[in-house]
This record gives sequence, C-alpha cells and structure tokens, in this order.
Amino acid sequence: MARTSTAARPSKQTIPTQDKISIALTVNNVERTLQVSPWTTLLDALRDHLELTGTKKGCDHGQCGACTVLVEGRRIISCLTLAVMKDGAKVTTIEGLAANGALHPLQQAFIDHDAFQCGYCTPGQICSAAGLLAEGKAKTVNEIRELMSGNICRCGAYPNIVAAIQQAMGQTGEKS
Amino acid sequence: MPSYIGTATSRVDGRAKVTGTAKYAGEFGASDLVYGAVVESTIPKGRIVRIDVSDALRVDGVIDVLTHENRPHMAEAPGAWKDEVAPDVGSPFRPLYDDIVMFNNQPIALVVADEWETARFAASLVRVDYERAAHATDLYAVRDTVRDLQKPFKSSKPRGNASAAYAAAAVRHEAEYYIPIEHHNPMELYASTAVWNGDGKLTVYDKTQGVQNVQRYLCSALGLSSDDVRVMSEFMGGGFGSGLRPQYQVVLATMGALKLQRSVRLVLTRQQMYELCFRPATIERLALGATTDGSLESLTHEAIAVTSHYEEFARDDTTWADGLYTCANTNYSHKVARVDLCTPSDMRAPGATTGVYALESAMDELAVALKLDPIALRLRCYSEREQGEDLPFTSKALRECYREGADAFGWDKRSPEPRSMRDGSELVGWGMATGVWEALQVPITARITLTANGHAEVACATSDIGTGTYTVMAQVTADALGLPIESITVKLGDSTLPQSPVEGGSWIATSIAAAIGTTADAVRAELLRRAQQMPKSQLAGMSPDNVTLTNGKIVSKQNPSHSALIADVMRHGKMDRIVQETTAKPNDIGKYARNTHSAIFAEVKIDEQLGIIRVTRVVSAIAAGRILNTKTGHSQIMGSVVWGIGMALHEETLIDHRFGRIMNANVAEYHMPVNADVHDIKVIFVDERDDIINPLGMKGLGEIGIVGVAAAIANAVYHATGKRVRDLPITLDKLQR
Ligand code: FES
Ligand code: FES
Repeated sequence: MARTSTAARPSKQTIPTQDKISIALTVNNVERTLQVSPWTTLLDALRDHLELTGTKKGCDHGQCGACTVLVEGRRIISCLTLAVMKDGAKVTTIEGLAANGALHPLQQAFIDHDAFQCGYCTPGQICSAAGLLAEGKAKTVNEIRELMSGNICRCGAYPNIVAAIQQAMGQTGEKS
Repeated sequence: MPSYIGTATSRVDGRAKVTGTAKYAGEFGASDLVYGAVVESTIPKGRIVRIDVSDALRVDGVIDVLTHENRPHMAEAPGAWKDEVAPDVGSPFRPLYDDIVMFNNQPIALVVADEWETARFAASLVRVDYERAAHATDLYAVRDTVRDLQKPFKSSKPRGNASAAYAAAAVRHEAEYYIPIEHHNPMELYASTAVWNGDGKLTVYDKTQGVQNVQRYLCSALGLSSDDVRVMSEFMGGGFGSGLRPQYQVVLATMGALKLQRSVRLVLTRQQMYELCFRPATIERLALGATTDGSLESLTHEAIAVTSHYEEFARDDTTWADGLYTCANTNYSHKVARVDLCTPSDMRAPGATTGVYALESAMDELAVALKLDPIALRLRCYSEREQGEDLPFTSKALRECYREGADAFGWDKRSPEPRSMRDGSELVGWGMATGVWEALQVPITARITLTANGHAEVACATSDIGTGTYTVMAQVTADALGLPIESITVKLGDSTLPQSPVEGGSWIATSIAAAIGTTADAVRAELLRRAQQMPKSQLAGMSPDNVTLTNGKIVSKQNPSHSALIADVMRHGKMDRIVQETTAKPNDIGKYARNTHSAIFAEVKIDEQLGIIRVTRVVSAIAAGRILNTKTGHSQIMGSVVWGIGMALHEETLIDHRFGRIMNANVAEYHMPVNADVHDIKVIFVDERDDIINPLGMKGLGEIGIVGVAAAIANAVYHATGKRVRDLPITLDKLQR
C-alpha cells in the first residue's frame, strides 16, 4: 500500500513505522487478501481495512467483548489478536451469520427478546453466544450467565440476552 | 387496524443492530480519510511551558500535529462555547485553546496520520514540559471550601423550623452517606468522523444525544456558518447523559478537517473517555425526626457535590422527598466544592439517583429505629400533594407500586430482624426503597410525509440512544395514520431535520408522541379538505374531528360507510404526497406536579464467611402513566435496575489524589455488572391513568428505573448482615470493617 507522502516536510530523517505484510483471510466465506502492519489487530483489520464495521470496539484491551468474532468457529477477542497471527484463517463476523437473508436463530432471538438497547455490544454478544452454543458447555441459566460474562452490556440487557440464548438453544426459557 | 401504542412492539431498528449494519459515529468512511490520536496532559493543573512535536512529525505517515500553538481559529469568548445544556455559571472547556492545564488527561494535542496506529504511535512521541500548580481532587480534602450555588435552585425554600422540630422529635436519625464518582461508560467509544465534502462543507458523524446542539456549538465555537456543517448520529452506542453536551473529540476532528481540508476520524480510547464527564462524588447528610408512630416532623437533606473550577455543574439532590412524604419542617441545601477535574455531567437521573439513595437509606434506618415495617413508614408519611409548592399531582400511583411490588416480591414473608433469614451458608436480606423522577415535556417538531402509495415518513432531529425512539415514533405514526408499522420510515439523528432538543431527562418519547399527534392531525385535516373538494364527497360538511384514517381511507367516525380512499384523494388533487410539520409544546395544564414514581424490592444473598454479595432478585414496580411500548419500556427499566446494582455494589472511579489521576480508567478495573452479576429482575408497570398530563397520558421511562435501586440493595444488605454501609459501593471489605 502506498503511503501518503511525507516529503513535503523539512528534510529531517523520518521515523519509519512498520513494513506491511500480506495476509489472506477467509472472512464470511469470502477470501480476502490484505496488507497489514504487524501491529494491526484483527479488529482494526476487519473494521478499517475490510470495512466490516459490524464488529465493534469498546475498549481495545480485551475487557469488554464487543469485538468478539468466530475464528475457525471458536469465539475470540479480535482486539487482542494481531491480524498477522490469523493468516489463512477462517473468520466469521456478525455480517456473516445471516444466510441468504435469513437471520441466524440467535439474531432472531435477540430481536424477539429485546436483548439489546443501543445495539453496540450486540454483534459481540451474538458471536459470543454462537461460540457458546458450539462449545456445548452451557446447560443451565447460571452457566449461560457465567460463560457470557466476558461480554459487557452497559445497557443492562443481560436477562434478555440469556432468554434469547435459551430460545436459540431450543429451551423453553423456564429453566433456572 | 391494529393499534401499536401500548403494545410490546419489537424494535424497528432491531434487524440493523443484530446484523451489524447499524453504523455508529466512528464507522463512516471517506476516500480521503485520515485518523487522529489525542495527546493528553500528564499533570492535573498548571501550564504547558513547551510542547515538542518534532519527533511525532517525523513519523512516516504523520500528516500534522495540532496544538494550542498552531490550531485553526476558534472563538475566544466563553459564551460562544456554551451549548444548549451547559451550566449557566462558568466558562466551558475549549480544547487546545491555550497553554493552561485544568485537569489530568486533558487533551493538549491532536496527531493526524494516514493510519490510526501510526497516529497513536506518534502521539507517544510528543514531549511536553509543564509548570505545575497545586491541585486537589478529593472531595473530603476540599470540603471546607464548599460554597453556595451561584445560581441556586428555585425549589429549596425551607419550611417551618427543621432544627427545632428535630430537637423536639421523639425518634431521630442522622447520618452521612457518600456516593463516589461514577462514569457512564457507554460501550461505544466516543468518536467523530468529520467528512470534508470538497466544497468546504462538512458532514460530521458524531456520538451525541443531540445533533442540533452539536451543530450549533461547532458553528459558534469554530466560527462556521450554519449551512457549512451537518451533524449526523443515526445510531448511538449508549449515552446515559454523557452525550448531552458536545464532547471534545468532535471539536478536534472538525478542527483537523478544517485545517487539513480533508476527512478526519477521531475515536477516543476508553481511558480518554474518563476525562469527558462523570457523575459527581457527593456527600449527603440526612436528619430525620419523627413521632413514635412514624409521622415525619423534621427532614433535613444537605448535599455537597464536586464540580470543576471552570464550571458550576449542579443537579438538585435534596428536594425529592417533597414528591414522596409529608413533613411540615424541612431544610434542603445543595452545595458544591471545586476540584481539579473536568466538569461533571448529567448521568442517568442526575440528582435523584444520588439524593434518593441517601433519603431512602435514611428512611430505612428510621424505620429500624421506630421498629416499623419500611413500607408502613412510607405509607404513614405518604403525601397526596407535592410538598414544596403544595400542588396536586397529575397522577401518583405510588401506593399501587408498594402494593403490587410487595405482592410480587412476597414481602409479607419477611422477618424484620437483621440476620434472621438464611439460605444454607448465605445470609438473606430483603430491602425496599422508593423512587421518584420528573415527567418532563419539551417543545419538539415532527414532519410527516404521506405518499399516495400508502407509505409515511416521520422525521425529527432527535436521537435514539438505545431508548427505542425509532420504534415509538413508528408506533405513534402508524396509529395516527392508520397504517401498518411496516409502512412507516423513521428519520432521526440528522441536524437538518425538524428541531429537537437533546435526548435526555426522559422527555423525548412523550414530547415526540405529542408532536406526531398534532402533525398527524394536520395531515388528516389536509386530506379531508382535499377529499371534500371531490365531486359528491361522502365526507362533505365534516370536520377533522369527525373522521379517522384507517386502512388507507379517510373514514367518518359516525358512519363508517362514508369514506374516501386516500390514494383517490391524492390523485384527484394531483399530489403524490402530503407533507405537514408541527411543533408540540408542553401543554399548559395549570399548577400540577408531574412525576413518575416507583417502589423497588431487592433480595441479597451474602456468603457469611467471604462477604460475597449477590443480588438474587429485584422487583421494580413503576408508575409512569401509559406505557407506549411495554417491550422497550421493560428494557429501559431492567437496564436501569442493572445500573442500580452497579451503583450499590461495584461502581467507583478511583483517583490517586497525589497525582490527581484516575487509576481505574478502564472497564476491567472500573467494575460494572456483567451477566453473572444479574439474576432475576421483574418489572411491573402499575396501571396509572393520567388524563391531565398530556393527551396520551404518558410520562417517560429513561430515568425512573434507577432511582432508589441502590437504596433497596443497601437496605437489603443491612437486613442480611445487621451492618449499615453508608459509602457506596458496598464492597466485601466494608462488610468486614
Ligand atoms: S474491544 Fe475487544 S474486548 Fe473490548
Ligand atoms: S445494548 Fe447497549 S451495550 Fe448492550
């Protein structure tokens, strides 16, 4: 990627940043190649390089879960993952969950249960819940709560998030 | 035709939010986009002696560094920086205005580069020399500098003689309570993308609760003309009051775009957001005197809250009892003490969240002293009229809140003695408290465009910060025009749309519903006028009040077989659309107090050995008039209860007062409730009919849900343990001390 010229400035020696590395990612079943710096996170690669802004940045420090995506089907925190670490990997983001215009059951359940207000934590919650479902570990409400606690929702939609996940699990919503 | 008002309608913007297509301020692109990063001060007070940006400028990819020395022109007069909700007293912060440092982490430079990582790296190379001045950030340390408000509240006149009545009272309780600084921490980072449109005009995508407020502010502060700047915020990732005032990143991004004549995006870091604004730390002193049967004889409520040195921010903590309890002798005073931090701001139910926490904790302590059930005490003191000005309420179904809340909670099974209830190794505590907030309405304008194909667009420059504005606007419009909700498009969050004040204080839903109502009336009147011009009109001689719109027709109310198809009317009038715009002002209902009320019941379970506290159940019974949308309304209250749990048990901004610097400026060490902290929350909307407040009988839900929650939990902790912790948050160590 060509850099914006800095030549217009006084001729003092520039401080170089980092050389770009070419990587390939399969994002939502589409193969993408991109040139990223070693310090570019997977989150910034998705948002700024691939314009997939559905994945959110809430802290950039691995503390909030807003940036959760699925890599090879497992939920990970994309702000604590450098893009170059995932060269060749298969990434699923919120934009890739709906198939042929039909919402993923979790997406529909989040709407049905009003499992959000502002919606900013929501892509991370849904990707995290998709990972949780795949893990198959959570059986009870308390286990869902515990295993979804890496995703902060400041709007406080937690009980509805749990209800939505239960719906997607095909549970009745009665269990506690 | 289905009626949407009052139903559990799903969010109309839900699909955009669950598919990731809803775009937030920092997500808009431009072909010439460059990225900003902020350099912050590392001292709390003093002056910048030298700022060396040479190394930053040498970084490959850096385009410019803006400081107070080279920034573009900005207004000097403090008045030019006053936004719609700025405090009356003081001069607002002007980013990069001069060399003065007023708080730690103050923005002092903006680095702009072709990539954001580069900008961030270069920001770390800016070197600054300071001249330090003595600072203070601890409320307790500056308590003796406390002063009266320069602009006092209207409502705090003393009644009777509180101190004499206190001295004479049979039963007394006096205590001090403390609420630390809390931060809003919306999940979206504060961000602005200033898109340079080429012709010198800017479109600014901003995270804000008021696009028109930001638009006017930018024009005034940066000397731009009104049509130079358009401000957009179609989605906002949470505000809670932090986005009422324009924040500094919008000034920096816009200044950068003006200087470089290209598009600039600036996203703050989470850490930087801790120096935007916060809920002020507050000391509350309560003194209650009562007769032995629990009638209040004396009520003193004094608050001291922090503000900055450059603005006097204050919200009344102390007069909320006037909406709840009768008492002949009262004394209220709210004062401020200045610290070297940025100016505090509104945060969810400002004044009430903190003041009512203290009041309702004190009422619980009084009930203990009287050996009276906490609900019985509150009913003994129940006021049928607002006490401050002796006004009737438009409605007050607080008794129903107590009754329905207590029933749902099972309050009658409570054993009153502390430490008398258990569940295995855990102590069980049950506590309750009351909540109160204002039912406000503001002038606002709605525009409806009804097209011949049966579609309508409703537009207003208001915001949806997660509160459900899109959905309630669609519901009200659909009902008023007799259309299915799928035929309604809502436009908001754009400064070029019809006027709206900032979204806050629980006033938008009620106000915009009124404006949509009057605008739909105008649409109906215009359609009828046109219909009556048609040959042999079945609607001849009727007035707009005689007809309704339903299923694409104008229909006589008296004789539904008399009607006209709206499409025919438009075709006959050779129109493809009808556009109407009206402004609704708060209706003049005379002298009434307008409030929402609530009763909150909380159960805590506390591990006796470890002191771990869990809030296992909360019942919140709300009286807020007619509920426009029970689904999104439920979410607002539930979310507020979660905030109350955080306030009671988790949230506290910790400052190292030696350095005047926040120590836990991140979302791991500033504790907020996570999923595992939240158990059963039951929300009850009690039936509260209000024929006075407005035609729909609505009151607004954004704030009432948090008020009183922390007190109910604190009272439950006392009931479980016999230990009264009066400084929030109630952490394990405080139970052991
Ligand atoms: S943005 Fe990655 S965890 Fe917060
Ligand atoms: S919906 Fe707003 S943070 Fe979760």
